[in-house]
Amino acid sequence: MSQGSMAQTASTPAAVNYNMDVVRWAALATVFWGVVGFLAGDLIAWQLAFPALNFDNEFLNFGRLRPLHTSAVVFAFGGNALLSTSFYVVQRTCRTPLYGGKALPAFVFWGYQLFIVMAAIGYVTGVTQGREYAEPEWFVDIWLTVVWVAYLAMFVGTLLKRHEPHIYVANWFYLAFIVTIAMLHLGNNLAIPVSFMGTKSYSMFSGVQDALTQWWYGHNAVGFFLTAGFLGMMYYFIPKRAERPVYSYRLSIIHFWALIFLYIWAGPHHLHYTALPDWAQTLGMTFSIMLWMPSWGGMINGLMTLSGAWDKLRTDPVLRFMVAAVGFYGMSTFEGPVMSIKAVNGLSHYTDWTIGHVHSGALGWVAFVSFGAIYHLIPVLWHRERLYSMRLVAYHFWLGTIGIVLYITSMWVSGIMQGLMWRAYDDLGFLQYSFIETVEAMHPYYIIRATGGLLFLLGSLIMVWNVYKTIKGDLRREAPIGTPATVAAE
Amino acid sequence: MSTHVEKDQVSGHETTGHEWDGIKELNTPLPSWWVYVFWATIVWSVGYWVVYPSWPTATSYLTGMFETTNRTQLHETMANVAAERAPYMERLAALDLDEIVNDSELLNFSMAGGKAVFAENCAPCHGTGGSGNPGFPSLQDDDWLWGGSLETINETLHVGVRWDANDDTRFNDMPAFGRDEILEREGINDVVQYVLSFTGRETDKAAATRGMEVFADNCASCHGEDAKGVQELGAPNLTDAIWLYGGDAATITETVTNSRGGVMPAWGGRLDEETIKMLTVYVHSLGGGQ
Repeated sequence: MSQGSMAQTASTPAAVNYNMDVVRWAALATVFWGVVGFLAGDLIAWQLAFPALNFDNEFLNFGRLRPLHTSAVVFAFGGNALLSTSFYVVQRTCRTPLYGGKALPAFVFWGYQLFIVMAAIGYVTGVTQGREYAEPEWFVDIWLTVVWVAYLAMFVGTLLKRHEPHIYVANWFYLAFIVTIAMLHLGNNLAIPVSFMGTKSYSMFSGVQDALTQWWYGHNAVGFFLTAGFLGMMYYFIPKRAERPVYSYRLSIIHFWALIFLYIWAGPHHLHYTALPDWAQTLGMTFSIMLWMPSWGGMINGLMTLSGAWDKLRTDPVLRFMVAAVGFYGMSTFEGPVMSIKAVNGLSHYTDWTIGHVHSGALGWVAFVSFGAIYHLIPVLWHRERLYSMRLVAYHFWLGTIGIVLYITSMWVSGIMQGLMWRAYDDLGFLQYSFIETVEAMHPYYIIRATGGLLFLLGSLIMVWNVYKTIKGDLRREAPIGTPATVAAE
Repeated sequence: MSTHVEKDQVSGHETTGHEWDGIKELNTPLPSWWVYVFWATIVWSVGYWVVYPSWPTATSYLTGMFETTNRTQLHETMANVAAERAPYMERLAALDLDEIVNDSELLNFSMAGGKAVFAENCAPCHGTGGSGNPGFPSLQDDDWLWGGSLETINETLHVGVRWDANDDTRFNDMPAFGRDEILEREGINDVVQYVLSFTGRETDKAAATRGMEVFADNCASCHGEDAKGVQELGAPNLTDAIWLYGGDAATITETVTNSRGGVMPAWGGRLDEETIKMLTVYVHSLGGGQ
């Protein structure tokens, strides 16, 4: 680290030679992988409604495209959004360029893209560990480990050579995300390859230990990748965009440490009423309940930061994306603890309710806060006066919001219906419905869900156009948001 | 940067005095409702740990006040169900099938139970409600391959059809007349035309007439001189316009050329006797009953 020389050149903010190349690359990768992931998701949604869309083709069937969808949206879209924003935020809030010169951040970015491509090829060709959200085989896992260690070194190195006395809260969350994902990745992927030249491996764990390890990983991937990481994003971009101070520093400390401490225990709630010992189920459930307020701490800090700036929602659809995201975040972090209660879980588990819950978090929180951050970053990164069109952002917002509402409400209805049908008994104590009858009953809701997904996908295509035109340097002639459209015509 | 605390005009709270890239933080105290609800969830969780199995110990775990577990709850529930059904089950075991269908209470119980068992075990092939699929007979048409009385249905359920693991399984083996070169192509065409003529659908009268002799030599021994089938042999009636695999010329030609040989599992030993009786009563009722 060359702390001494940096300190002297960075006396004014403008003098810092920030490394914005990787931020730009990752921002574009976010948009690209987002569209790929949403497209795959909507295709498999239509496949569930109309199985003929599997085309009897092994490369296009639901079983292989489903992990392609989940990994594309979580790790490729979400991952690149986290790379881009963390690269940006850590530099700006530490007032120093990224640690490792040009090479290390570039290695992190390109190494991560290689991981994504290797994983995707594996899914389509049937090379998989069969572990949800951890499908890549051992050789891909080793590569990701190398990339992730480089990412950690780059991030911590940047924090160490910072020119601010304190570390900003967004960076706590980014660091928690990076460190915990490393731990989860290593723990859950402990496996023995069958041969050095072959792709197949077997997990070190078996039976219920394997299931518990998998859901310790799976739940905390949600907790630290999709929650902590994106809270980091929220903590920078909301106050920045609203031009207001963060609501409460004290709340940020308490809810950060409470979230970090409690989240890691909650995984067993994925294994209620299984071979997992009762005591572990109890702990998973109670820690999920205690997680409610620590999760909501982030929501409070996000929403209350708007106080004094709520009027901006009328005129700034970018801020609207981020605030709606925090709203969805609050909703799904309430729904999650409710669903972890064993009595509720007995109804909700294995049903579409779970899918709806995940998507209110994934579409509403993760994707929306990322869209907001991307829309904020693109003009900054390419030194444009503003986005090509704010009205297109507003269209994207409404298409996305209606899409999410269709998605989650149809999955609530179909999920609860499915759960009730599975457990319906006649008055003599016999099961009322066969499995296939429950599948038939869900058909209309599958169509509604896939339609919602289509709207969400269309919104993202509008974003692609807007981003492209902004980078190109075009400005759409339009009235500012909040003024009647007729003014523009005059 | 030096610490510079300011007072925020909107909220009246002070900042912490730090600034990062233009972002400041207020030093607002924790919202009290947030603190209270957080404490409430903690207190509730501790209470839950007292009542239900919770923390592990060196050799065991805290069992909770009532020592209830998933397993005890499951056993209790299943024991309750068994206790409620016991009076019916005892009589189902003791009575024969005719007596069961003549007892309205038992008939009612068997129909409900049979329907649920059918939906779980039989519907994947025979369709929901027994409406059938190509190769899997409809059970609603009262046209039975191996017999439609209570006794024969019960027997078929027990032993299955062409089910290797059961020594007494229902078994027949129609020759593959084409593949095994028992008949020439012309002979197959003739007999197919003859079979089509039973339902008035032959397209070549001369071939159908020639086919009569082929039928008598090769098919009548199982399907009967009148082609109305023989249930003891499981040979289908060919005159009733009900087809297991399809009744058009191409499909019948395929059946004669390569034969078929569908399989049904033997349910004896997989389902208990009382359940098979309920299933028998239900399936028997679907086609009206013989």
